[in-house]
Formats: sequence, structure tokens, C-alpha cells
Amino acid sequence: MLEIRDLVCGYGAVTALKGLSLTVEEGQLVALVGANGAGKSTTLRAISGLIPARSGSIHFDGRDITGTDPRKVLAQGIAHCPEGRRVFPQMSVAENLAMGAYLRRDPTRVSADLARIYGEFPRLAERRHQAAGTLSGGEQQMLAIGRALMSRPRLVLFDEPSLGLAPNIVERMFAVIRAICDTGTTVLLVEQNAFAALELCDYAYLLETGRIVLAGKGSTLIADPHVRQAYLGG
Amino acid sequence: MNRHLPALALLAALVALPLALGNEPYLLNAVITTGIVTIAAMSLNLLLGFTGQLSLGHIAFFGIGAYVSALTSLGFDVELLGGFRVVHEPWPPAIGFGLAVLATGACGYLVGRLSFRVRGAYFVIVTISFAEVVRLVALNWVELTQGPLALTGIPPFSLWLPGLGTTPLRTKLPNYYLVLVVGTLCYALIARLVRSRFGRAMRGLKENESLALSVGINATRTLTLAAVISAAMAGAAGSLYAHYLRIIDPDVFLFSTTVTMVIMVVGGGKGTLLGPVVGGLIFGLLPVALRPVMVPEAQWMVFGLVLIVIQFVMPRGIVPGLARLATLRRTSAPARVPVEVRP
Repeated sequence: MLEIRDLVCGYGAVTALKGLSLTVEEGQLVALVGANGAGKSTTLRAISGLIPARSGSIHFDGRDITGTDPRKVLAQGIAHCPEGRRVFPQMSVAENLAMGAYLRRDPTRVSADLARIYGEFPRLAERRHQAAGTLSGGEQQMLAIGRALMSRPRLVLFDEPSLGLAPNIVERMFAVIRAICDTGTTVLLVEQNAFAALELCDYAYLLETGRIVLAGKGSTLIADPHVRQAYLGG
Repeated sequence: MNRHLPALALLAALVALPLALGNEPYLLNAVITTGIVTIAAMSLNLLLGFTGQLSLGHIAFFGIGAYVSALTSLGFDVELLGGFRVVHEPWPPAIGFGLAVLATGACGYLVGRLSFRVRGAYFVIVTISFAEVVRLVALNWVELTQGPLALTGIPPFSLWLPGLGTTPLRTKLPNYYLVLVVGTLCYALIARLVRSRFGRAMRGLKENESLALSVGINATRTLTLAAVISAAMAGAAGSLYAHYLRIIDPDVFLFSTTVTMVIMVVGGGKGTLLGPVVGGLIFGLLPVALRPVMVPEAQWMVFGLVLIVIQFVMPRGIVPGLARLATLRRTSAPARVPVEVRP
């Protein structure tokens, strides 16, 4: 579904990705793990068209989307759930979800999707008129996931969804991401919490300083001595 | 409805205000000019408050609106480069108003297109330069604008009523209500806009730009459209100004008026609908209240002092500050007030 070949990307004089190649099969949950600064977020930003590629290519459904405008990437069905500040703090929960459907022109199906998301996340339904900035960290992350789903994506890019969340909430959030994948939406997950991501995923890539150094099933990576030593604490 | 209650209460008070003022032309005049600047402050708030972009040349749109409207209704006869002569016969002020809105909207588009690819500080610089260039043109293109001699004898707006024919609005009272009507329409337009899809895009860019881009918002187009609407609204205010005062000179482009507008928006509460209105009324009428007791130079000091006090007590402005007080009172009220239950 998604195929990246020899992607080179950077910011100014810094080259963040030095020829990265990876494939995401339709219906899979693929994890991209690695240390801080390895280039995980850059990969997602390049797929979304938020930063240009210096060389290499990105294909989605066989179509070349390298260097495509972020809006067109989104319209083709790739939603990006960025890390850090995940919501529009002064907008209500309902407005935040509406933002996810910003590019859609089918109001009846948008409201059906909205109802579905409220059904899946009752907390968001309860607080629909509340400013998103007043929600707890976990609720904000659920809101961010809900917003990403509002664009009816076929592929969702999650960037560090566990960052800054309490451990019990992280667990629930990963369960939600697994459920999203199981209902037919392909997921590319970037995580620093390597163990949780490797346990969750169907397939995983290990990224080190801008290159894929290891690929395989989650269980294979967990068993790998290098991964164990460097990322899973021995 | 509840959401608009404070605005409706303020509107009712403003409708009744001339009754309270009685036959005080000086005060009524102060209220009218304050109202006109308040409309300009509302237009500035659309940019500064809802998209976060600071236009420090907003007075340019106001002044262009004033000059376009005045020249349309006065007519002119100028020779352009290459001996090309342009003659314009006077048209009614209402058409001047329309052309002022269109012309300033086009200027807003131009400035927005030029600066919004880079945004932030660049927009501030482009707007300041734009205002200065326009002021210099107004000052030096004497053949068209009369330069410092001012455009005089600008006709007032006239009102057409069925059965009564047209009446020019020469006195203060009808002009007061004209400003109030235009101001109310601008308020209603902004209120509608910020809740729309376009309004969410504007606010999204201000609150979290990278996230806004990732949900597919076109930043350049959204901000440019906001600049067009904002500029057109400032131009409408300028047109009102020209036909009310009936004389304008290049001083309508004074930078200090932009500063006053920013003070109105920030003091009243940027990014709120009522903020610029409340701020506009307070900072517009403060000089009138201070005039009997101190000289203009000292007034500016009081201005600054009031703004500092407001920022200390209510850092986000008067309107958000009062709204916060109101919710605090409401949430703590049920504990104290006994509720009577009747069968």
C-alpha cells in the first residue's frame, strides 16, 4: 500500500533520513521504532508532504506521492496524527473533530462518522462542548485519534501517541490503535516505547540514524539481541 | 441565544444612548467617531485576534477607504503618466462606500498575497511599509488628493425612504444610527464567520499551525481571505469617516491611530467578539472624559496607565476577564443561594 524507496530528507544542513526504504502492506499495523533523533517523525512528515524529499520516492497505492502537497496526500487517504501538541486547545471537542473532516464535502457521512466516534469514545461525547485544552492528556490523545479518523483515512500515521501519558492510559490507547487496524484501516505507528509497539504490531522496522537497520515481525525484533540490548533494557 | 445576550444588551444600550445624551453635539460627535474607529478595531481583531497575524498598517485600509469614497463622490480630473487624462464625474456616496469596500478588499488581497507565504514578522513589516507608502502618496499626489490641503466638501450619505424621497444625513443623530447599523452588521458578519468552517481554519492556524496544516488547511489562502475581509471592513469604516466628517487629509493615515486600534483590541480582549467593541468604547471615549481635566499629552500617559492596569488585572483583556469572573460567580453561587422547591 505504501512503499518508500531510498528516501533522503533533511532540515537545512542536517540530513535526517539517509536512504530509507520501507513497505506497509494493506491492513497491517506497522511499527517504526528507534531512538530519539533517528528520523522517525521525519519519515512521517515526509509521507504527509510536510517536508520535501531530497531524493528517493514515496508511493501510495502505486501512485507517486513524493513531494505532493499535504492536502492532496490527506485527500488520497493518509491521515497524520502528529506528536506533541495534539489538539486545538481553545476549540471545543466537537470543533476539533470537525477539523478532522475539514477537506470532506459529504456532510451526511461526516455526521455519521462523528456519531460513530462519539459511540467509540463516550468521554468525548460527554465533553463535546468543552474546550479541548481542558481535557486530560489521555482524553486529548483520544480526541486526536478521533480527529484523524474523521478524515476517513485508509492509512493513519501515528507519531508517538504514548508520549506524556500515564501507563494505564497508554495501554488503553494502544488497544484503540489495534482496534482501528482490525477494522480495516492500515496503521503506521512511530513509537519510542519500543516494547509496547513491537508487541502490538504485525511488522516492524528499526530505524537508526536515518536508515532502516532491521525489519521483521514484532516478535522477531523483540528476540533480536541488538534490539534487546539497545532498546528493551537488556 | 444566551451566547449573544451580552452583545444584545450592549446593542440595546447603544440604541438608547442618544436619548441619554440629549442635545449634546460634542458628546454625540465623540461617540460617532469612536464608533467608526471601533468598526476598524473589529476588523483588526479579525486578523489579530482570530488568525494571530498583527497588521500594524491597518490604518492604510481605513484611509484608502476614506479617500476612495471621498473621491468617488467628489469626482476628480487627473493626468497620469504619458499625458493620459482621467476625468471622473461625482457619484453618490453610497457607490463610494461600495467602491471603498471593494478597493480595500483588493488591497488586503495584495498585502496578504505578498506576505502570507512567510507570515508573522514579515506580515507586520509589509503592513507598516504599505501604510507609509500609501500615506506618502496621499500627501504628495496633490492633483488627486489635494495633499495637505485636504479634500473638502465631501457630500454626506443620504437616506432614501419610500414616500419621503432622499434626505442627506447632515445632522449627527442619523449618522450615529448609520454607524451603529454598519457596526452591528460587521459584528454579525464576524460572529458568523468565526464559527464557520473558514473560521475554524483561521483559529486553527493561530492555535496550532502544524496541526492545522496536517488536517489540510491551506494557510496562505485562509489568511489572505481573512486579510481581504478585514481590510474591506476597515475600508467601510474609512468611508463612514469621510462622509461623516466631510473633510479628510493625509492625517487619516497616522500610525498612532493603528496603535489606538491595537490598544482597543488587546485591552478589550483579542480573539473575542465583544472585546474590540468594549475596548473601542473605553479607549475611544477616555480622551473625552479626560479632556476637561488634562492636556492631550497627559492623556496619553493615562491611556498607557489604564492599559497596564488592565493587563495586570485581566491579562487576556476586559471581556475574557469579565467572562471569567461571571463563571466563577456562577459556579460558586449554588452553594450560597438556597433553592426553594414548591410542590
